[in-house]
Amino acid sequence: MKIFEKFLNIDRRIIFLLILLGVAIPLIWTLGFNLEVTENVQSVYDLLQELEPGTRILISFDYDPSTKPEIQPMAIALMQQAFTLRLRIIATALWPMGVQMCNEAYETVSVEYPNIEYGIDFINLGYKSGGMVTINHMAKDFRSTFPADAGGNPIDEFPIMKGIKNFDKIGCMISLSAGDPGLKQWVMIIHDTFGKPVAGGTTAVQAPTMLPYVNEQQQLVGLLGGLKGAAEYELLINKPGFATKGMDAQSVAHLIIILFILIGNIGYFATRKQRDTLKT
Amino acid sequence: MRVYILLIILIFLSFTLCAQDITFTAADNTNDDGDAIILEWNAPPSVPEMIISRSIDKENYIEIAAVTPLLKRYIDDENIEDGQEYFYKLSVLNTDGETLQSFTASATAKAQWFNTDKISLLIMTLLLASAISYFILSARKGKRLYIRKISGLDTIEEAVGRATEMGKPILFVPGISDLDDMQTIAGLNILGHLAEKVAQYDSTIYVPVCRSMVLSTAKEIVKEAYLRASRPDAFKPDSVFYLTDDQFGYVAGVDGIILREKPAANFYLGAFYAESLILAETGFESGAIQIAGTAMPTQIPFFVAACDYTLIGEELFAASAYLSNEPNQLGSLKGQDVGKAIIILTLLVGVVLEMFGIHFLKDFLTTH
Amino acid sequence: MRRQIPLLITFFVGALIIVSEFIPHKPFNNLSTSLEGWFLIISGFAIILGQLSLFKVNIIKISRKAPNWPYFIIALVSFSIMVICGILWGTQQQPGLLPISDKMLNFFGVKPFDYIFKYLFENLSATMFSLLAFFMASASYRAFRARSPESTLLLIAAVLVMLGRTTIGSTLTGWIPDSLGFLHLPKIASFIMKYPNTAGQRAIMICAGLGVIGSSLRIILGIERSYLGGK
Repeated sequence: MKIFEKFLNIDRRIIFLLILLGVAIPLIWTLGFNLEVTENVQSVYDLLQELEPGTRILISFDYDPSTKPEIQPMAIALMQQAFTLRLRIIATALWPMGVQMCNEAYETVSVEYPNIEYGIDFINLGYKSGGMVTINHMAKDFRSTFPADAGGNPIDEFPIMKGIKNFDKIGCMISLSAGDPGLKQWVMIIHDTFGKPVAGGTTAVQAPTMLPYVNEQQQLVGLLGGLKGAAEYELLINKPGFATKGMDAQSVAHLIIILFILIGNIGYFATRKQRDTLKT
Repeated sequence: MRVYILLIILIFLSFTLCAQDITFTAADNTNDDGDAIILEWNAPPSVPEMIISRSIDKENYIEIAAVTPLLKRYIDDENIEDGQEYFYKLSVLNTDGETLQSFTASATAKAQWFNTDKISLLIMTLLLASAISYFILSARKGKRLYIRKISGLDTIEEAVGRATEMGKPILFVPGISDLDDMQTIAGLNILGHLAEKVAQYDSTIYVPVCRSMVLSTAKEIVKEAYLRASRPDAFKPDSVFYLTDDQFGYVAGVDGIILREKPAANFYLGAFYAESLILAETGFESGAIQIAGTAMPTQIPFFVAACDYTLIGEELFAASAYLSNEPNQLGSLKGQDVGKAIIILTLLVGVVLEMFGIHFLKDFLTTH
Repeated sequence: MRRQIPLLITFFVGALIIVSEFIPHKPFNNLSTSLEGWFLIISGFAIILGQLSLFKVNIIKISRKAPNWPYFIIALVSFSIMVICGILWGTQQQPGLLPISDKMLNFFGVKPFDYIFKYLFENLSATMFSLLAFFMASASYRAFRARSPESTLLLIAAVLVMLGRTTIGSTLTGWIPDSLGFLHLPKIASFIMKYPNTAGQRAIMICAGLGVIGSSLRIILGIERSYLGGK
C-alpha cells in the first residue's frame, strides 16, 4: 500500500529528470517514428502550390526567440517551398524580434537558393508596432506604413515592391504567430476585408484557438500547429529538418507524461478505499 | 509580303476581339468615404494586356494601371474625391502594345453615411445595449438580481486574511498585455478591491507590471485604494513596479519574486500567454493560495490545473461588478446573460434552418 | 470635477468610437485609426516611465543591501550594456553613433548588440520557454486524476490527443487499414481538436466577448470607475 501512496506523491524532480532524458536522447539518436500529414497542413501546402510563379506573398514574422524552436522550422520550410516555386516573399513583423527571426530564416534558406536576390525575390520590411492599427494602415496605404525596408532603404528602389499599394496585389498571406498581435488580426483584415487567402503557423498551445477560423468561409485556408505541423510541412516539401528531428523527442516526452498520469491514477485508485475509510 | 500577312493577322485579331463581348463598368465603391471606385470588366483570356486610364474632363486621360483579363476587377483609390465624377477608359492592347479597342465608363464617388455590411452587428449591439440598460434600470428601481456564486472572488478576503496572519505579502500579476486589452482593465478593477482589503488588514502587496502604461494606472489604483481605506501613510509607491516588456523576462522576474518573497496569496488576473503555467507552477511550489482569471482560452486549462480557483472567461469581467455588489453593475451582468440567450437562440435557429437547406440566415450573417 | 472630466471624456470618446464603426463617411472613418495612433505615441513616451521605475527599484534595493542585492546590480549592468551597445554601434539593421571597428567585428562576428541578442538573450528566452515542458509534466501528473466522470473524460481525451499529435500515434495505429481509418490516432486527435475542443473554445470566446461588451459599456457609461482609482 505504501508504494501506491508514493505513486501519489512522486518528487517532481524525478519527473523533470525523466523529461530531460526523454527529450535529449532522441535528439542525439534519431528514433525514426512515422509521420502522417494532416488536412490543415496539406491545405497550406496546396495554397502555395497553386500560385503562379512570380506571385508576391506576404509573410509576417509575429514571434520571438522563445517560440523560435516551434515556429522557425515552419518559416524555413515555407520559404524553401516559396523559392522553389519562384514565388516572391514580402516579409514584415508585428513583433520587434520578428525582424531577427526573419533575417535568420532568410540567411538559412538563401544558402540553398543562391540565385535568390534581395529586393527582387525577397524583401524584409521590418517591424512596425501597433498590431491591428498597423495592418489597417497597410490596407489603406502600404507604402506610407513601410516607406523603407528594415535596412532603411526606400522601398521604391526595390522591384519586388512595384505596384504594391495595399493588399490587392498580394497572392496570399501567411502569419507565423506566437500570440497577439498575430494571426487573428491578419485574418480580420486580409481575408474579411480583402478576401485574400490567409494561412498561418502557430505554437501548439495557440493552435486550438485558431482552428475555428479554418471553416467553410475559409477565413484560414489551413494551419500549421506546433512542431508537428512544421515536421509535416518538411515531409511535404521533402526537406527534413529540425522539426522532423524534434518530433521524436516530443513523442517520447508525451509518452513519459502519459506514463506519469497512469502512475498517478493507479496510486489514486489503489488508495481510494483507504481514503474513503478514513472519511467515514 | 510579310507586311501583308502581318496586316491580315492584325485585322483578323481585331475582328476576333470585336466579335467577343468585352464589358467594362465603373461604379462607386459602397460603404466607404467616397475615396474609391470599382472597375470591372469581362474580357477573353486571349487579350494580352489592358490599360486603365482616368480623366475628370473626358479629355486628358492619365494611365493608372496595367491589368490582365484574369484580374476582372480593379479598385481605384488613388486621389479619388467624394462627389467628383471620373471617366475611365479601358484600352485593349495587342502584343506590340498598340491599342486595338477602347471602352469607356464613368462613375461618381460617393461617401456613405452607413455601412450596410454591418447591419447584423448594429442589430446585435442595439439588442445587447438595450438588455444591459434595461437590467441596470431595473436594478436601480430596487429589483433584486440573482448572480451565482463565484468561488474565486469569495476567497479574496480569506486570502488576504491568511497572508496577514502568516506575515507574508500578496502578489498581484495583472497580465502581460497593455491597457488597450480589456482583460488588463478587468484585472486592474479587481486590484482596486484587493488593495483596499490589503490596506484594511495592514498587509503588503506587490504588483509587478509588464507595461509602462499599466504601471501608472496600477499605481494610481493602489494609492486610491489605500486612501479609501484611510491608510494613505501605509501606501508604498515601490510596491507597484515595472519589470520588463519582454514576456519571458517578465515571468523570470515574477518567478524570482515568488521564490524570494514567498507570498501567501498569488493573484493572476489579466491576459496571459505561454508564461501562465510557469507562473502557476512556481506559485504552487511556493505553497501560496492561487487565484487566476483570464479570458485567453488557451491558458485557462493551465490555470485550472495549477491554481486553487480560476475565473473563466467572462467571470473575470464580471468580477468587478460582483465584488462591488452595486445594483448598477449587477444589472449589466444580467444584460450579458440576455445576450447569451440571443446568441444561443440564433445558433439553434441557424442549425435547424441549415438542416432543412434554408440558407438565408447564414447568408445574411455572413454578408452583413 | 477631478473625476467628472475623465468620465465625460471616456463617455464621449467611447460613444464616438462605437458610432464611427458604422459610419464610413469622413471624419468618422479615420477616427479609431487616429486614436489608436495616439495611443501608440503615448505608450512610446510611457516606456521612459517604466525604465525609470526599473532603475529606481533596483537602486533602492542595492543601496539598502537587500537580500541577494548583487543580482540587482547584474540586472542594471545588463540593461546598461545592451542600451550602450545599441546606441553606440547600432544593430545589423540600424547604424549606431559610432562605426564598428574591424577588430571588434572580427572578434564578435557581428555587432555587439546582435551578438548579445543572438547568443545570450535568445537562448535565455528559449530556456524560460522550455520550462513549460517540465512544468507541463508535473502539472499533468497532478491534475489528470479520474476523480469524477468529467475528469475521466478529460483524462481519456488528453491521452488520445497527446498520442495522436505525435509520431507515436502514427506508429501505433499505422497498421490499421484505410477502411477503419477513423481509428487512426492522428485522426482521432484531429477530430477531438476540431469538434469538441473547437466548440468549447468558441463558447468561451463568445462569453468572453459578451463580458468585454458588458465591461466596456459599464466603463463608457461611467458605472464602473475602478480604473480611475475610484469605487
